[in-house]
Amino acid sequence: MLNLTALLSGLVFGLGLILGGMTNPSKVIGFLDVAGLWDPSLALVMGGAIAVASVAFAVAGRRVRSLLGSPMQIPTKRDLDPRLIGGSLMFGAGWGLAGFCPGPALVALAQGLMPALLFVVAMLVGMLGYELWMQFNNSNRGGTPRPATGAH
Amino acid sequence: MTIDWQHFTPWSSLGGGLLIGLAASMLVLFNGRIAGISGIIGGLLKPQTGEIGWRFAFVLGMLLAPALYGLVAQLPTVQVDAQYWQIVIAGLLVGVGTRFGAGCTSGHGVCGISRLSPRSMVATGCFMASGIITVYLTHHVLSGS
Repeated sequence: MLNLTALLSGLVFGLGLILGGMTNPSKVIGFLDVAGLWDPSLALVMGGAIAVASVAFAVAGRRVRSLLGSPMQIPTKRDLDPRLIGGSLMFGAGWGLAGFCPGPALVALAQGLMPALLFVVAMLVGMLGYELWMQFNNSNRGGTPRPATGAH
Repeated sequence: MTIDWQHFTPWSSLGGGLLIGLAASMLVLFNGRIAGISGIIGGLLKPQTGEIGWRFAFVLGMLLAPALYGLVAQLPTVQVDAQYWQIVIAGLLVGVGTRFGAGCTSGHGVCGISRLSPRSMVATGCFMASGIITVYLTHHVLSGS
């Protein structure tokens, strides 16, 4: 059942990305290009998504378990560390360079777009590199791996 | 600042946003999980018991979206202006950056802001700012226009 709701959620998420225009890199760049001809559409994608999701998160925040009985796993980390800021700055640079972020790139890949395939492969290499770096660091310190409480 | 009225799509973008919000709501209410794409994919690269099935199902749902959309309406045109080498660098930056920063546009930008997380608000400010600066550099400074 949990897999079915996840599948449906992914499907609706993907449909939303397509309808919203997020899968078109030139539209994403048009949104980030505030100094040129600015296309504000994606602000409406974000605003619309937040308007709906904030209601769900207000409900979810008061629950210990989900409607299907699985534990509610909402990040609790609150510190603004250099990793968060540096990582986000890096992500933004990549986002602005190609106009792809992870979700839309996956959907564009399924649409058969070659540049999206290239992007997704490079992204997976980057993510694997991160995992290896973390493992190397943890084994060097001889400690147990830190649980990724802030990951989502 | 000049608004690009020709490409501005307020209604479909708002509709797309509502769907994304609905999807994030479904995942948190039914599964108790955050719909953050980079985190969902990242978790597939570091397999742990009980963490594979739902992540795989979510990604599969996303991959099926264009086919389903195509049955009902024409898929919007997709245009990529970046060169191949830029796409590779961008993919690497997005892969490493979203894992270090613990989220992307969906996890921080949509879910994080919806639950009023200070970390996500700072992260969203950071990636928006660096995205805007990058586009400014590539489209106005380096291209000479």
